[in-house]
Amino acid sequence: MSNPRPATIVMLNEIAFYLTAALVLIFAIAAMTLPRLVHCAVCAAGAFASLALIYLELDAEFVAFAQLLVYVGAIAILIVFAILLTNLQEADPQVRRASRSWVVGVAVAAILLAALGLPIITTPLLQRAAPAATAAPVRDIGEKLMTTYVLPLEMIGVLLTSALLGAVVIAMREEPEVKTKVTRPTTPALERQEELTPR
Amino acid sequence: MLGRGIIRGLIETGRNFCGSYHDKERLTTVQYPEEKLAPQENARTIPFLVYDGNDPVAGLRCTACTICEQECPPQCISIVKDTVKKPDYLGKMQLHPKVFDIDITVCMSCGICAEVCPFDSIKMDQVFELAQGKRSMILHKNNLAKSNTYFGEIHPTEAAAVNEARAEEVRKAEAKKAAQAAPVSA
Amino acid sequence: MNALDQIFVTIQHWLAGLAPAAVQPLVSMLLIIGGLMGVFGGCFALTTIIERKTLGRMQNRFGPNRVGPFGLLQPMADGLKMLTKEDIVPFSADHILHFLAPVALTVPVWLAFSVLPFGRNMYAIDLDCGILFFFAIGSTSELAIFLAGWSSQNKYSLVGAMRAIAQMISYEVPLVLASVPVLIAASSLSLPAIVHAQSGFALGWVPRWNVFTPWGIAGFALFMIAASAESNRCPFDLPEGESELIAGYLTEYSGFKYALFFLGEYLGLFAVTGLGVTLFLGGWQAPATWLEWIPSWGWFALKFGALIFLFIWVRATLPRLRLNQLLNFAWKFLVPLAVVNLVVAVAWWQSSVWQFPGALEVRWLLGTVLLAVPYVWLGRAWNDVESAPRHYRYAE
Repeated sequence: MSNPRPATIVMLNEIAFYLTAALVLIFAIAAMTLPRLVHCAVCAAGAFASLALIYLELDAEFVAFAQLLVYVGAIAILIVFAILLTNLQEADPQVRRASRSWVVGVAVAAILLAALGLPIITTPLLQRAAPAATAAPVRDIGEKLMTTYVLPLEMIGVLLTSALLGAVVIAMREEPEVKTKVTRPTTPALERQEELTPR
Repeated sequence: MLGRGIIRGLIETGRNFCGSYHDKERLTTVQYPEEKLAPQENARTIPFLVYDGNDPVAGLRCTACTICEQECPPQCISIVKDTVKKPDYLGKMQLHPKVFDIDITVCMSCGICAEVCPFDSIKMDQVFELAQGKRSMILHKNNLAKSNTYFGEIHPTEAAAVNEARAEEVRKAEAKKAAQAAPVSA
Repeated sequence: MNALDQIFVTIQHWLAGLAPAAVQPLVSMLLIIGGLMGVFGGCFALTTIIERKTLGRMQNRFGPNRVGPFGLLQPMADGLKMLTKEDIVPFSADHILHFLAPVALTVPVWLAFSVLPFGRNMYAIDLDCGILFFFAIGSTSELAIFLAGWSSQNKYSLVGAMRAIAQMISYEVPLVLASVPVLIAASSLSLPAIVHAQSGFALGWVPRWNVFTPWGIAGFALFMIAASAESNRCPFDLPEGESELIAGYLTEYSGFKYALFFLGEYLGLFAVTGLGVTLFLGGWQAPATWLEWIPSWGWFALKFGALIFLFIWVRATLPRLRLNQLLNFAWKFLVPLAVVNLVVAVAWWQSSVWQFPGALEVRWLLGTVLLAVPYVWLGRAWNDVESAPRHYRYAE
């Protein structure tokens, strides 16, 4: 196992963690509060990337790069495509918040924090000392995925495939054969000609 | 086979690439200004005045008839006649221009002045490297006068035809003078 | 393993040794970063002029030959022009995103160079999952293209950006699928390990590079096609080619930001070419033992240069693909072939235990047939679809 790490390294690790956590929080808050929708999407992508940094600090390289590949490389793009395809005009929503006073918002947030935070803080898992973090080689992850966890892997694959098929079916069905009447600019002579030769 | 067209295209460009190094005729680029393409005979840019012989003042064909000045569409020619008359190639006394200016920034290279000149004295030149730092460029009589041999170099067939016509007229004038000098014997 | 081979490593160790012990790792890494940026920046400049001259020769004309001897100082003139151009940002553009887009494009591409092994012991970092890092970083640059297209507030650049993103995400799939057989062969995701797995010689003289197997040839072809599409290169340069009609996502960029976009595109090309050399062509290894006097980084450079020349050659030859042709090509032709390639690769590795005489020929025959049949069949099928008379929905 790895020998106990010197105190400076541990302190630097903690500082790095707090900095990255602050980065995630800043990006997440920005993603919620910025007025322009595309800025929110970009900050969300930034939050995903900062999460990948946190995974790197935990020596989970595979998860970190998978997070980058999937979240930033695919999901963030999905989000921006959704924004593009639905909101091509000026993206400045003057949306009214759900409640008028901020007290209600703070109260709901506090209740949610308590409901989620108390079980996390009092869980018996945190009472144990953290084991010396070893970098999990990718080979181990692969072996576990293919032996112990092969059923969840295949189920997720089936789920994703069905979602993909469903999306394709929905997209196909929304596109009927619409014969739009093409209106061309006409002159009186053209109109007369079109009257004489009906289609 | 699929991709056959791609392979053939690659072979063609590959042949172009290798051939361009040892086969100089493949590269049709004319590297201006070191190499220049010879202009064709009908190329025209700005007008010039033709003079016969070696003397640009005495041999100037222009008689200041001002037809070209009147016919020029953008009116870039300005002529001032001189009062002294000089003999032309046939011996007749003709006027000549004191001032013959062409503003070549106005000239539109239509060649109408050359078409209408009755004395074959203004023709279209082929110089195109005219770029200057000034805003207006007026060429005077001494800039515009170029010899008949130069005219023959740049427009060979036209110069040959003009020379032939002028020689014919000289011969006819000589014949008439000879006929007048030796009166018809009764 | 001679001194010339390891000269860069030696220089790096010596220079890092001059620094105090506490910051030596940092200094060592900074030296590597500086070296990479210098080398690949210079490579970018050289590639622009070599590409233009080679394209010219292939088109029966000279390339640029005015600026230096044989035009070699042309990149200096281009750089000076880009630097002194006025940096125009449209009034209604989103200034923050407009500024961030070229940065967000170039930074991930620089990061991608850190895992490539350029020679023996010459890699910046040996990540356990180096290839995954490479593909993850490559996919983050697509967001930058969207930023560029959106922030210009120009509907043409927006459409161009959407098309560019559609192209890039479509071609990521065959790119990754084509490199999966290599991972199976090397049973590791780390790039130096993949290079090591391709060492040695089969039959005494054929190097064990991945390209000398049936699945390797097909995988290499798939990888190269997908790589040229990923870096928006001819014949897949629809995002750039729209500059002729309506400008693509690069419309509202001028001056240095435009130069950064082109830098990012060429560096992306170098990165995937380097990855292709590493995965399929055996990285920095020499093809024969008697050729090992050329140092390992020299072999990498030679293979790299050959692949770049191949890209330039293809650029001079093929016309540009239209968007629907491009996407159909990716999803309906390349992806099935990549999956078949994967199956053939697994069959190859499973059959490597066959020991009867003529086993190698049988395996080659099997692999070639199993690859050629879907190739011809898919090609014929989609050829018929493409050559059929088109129906235009709104014109009838």
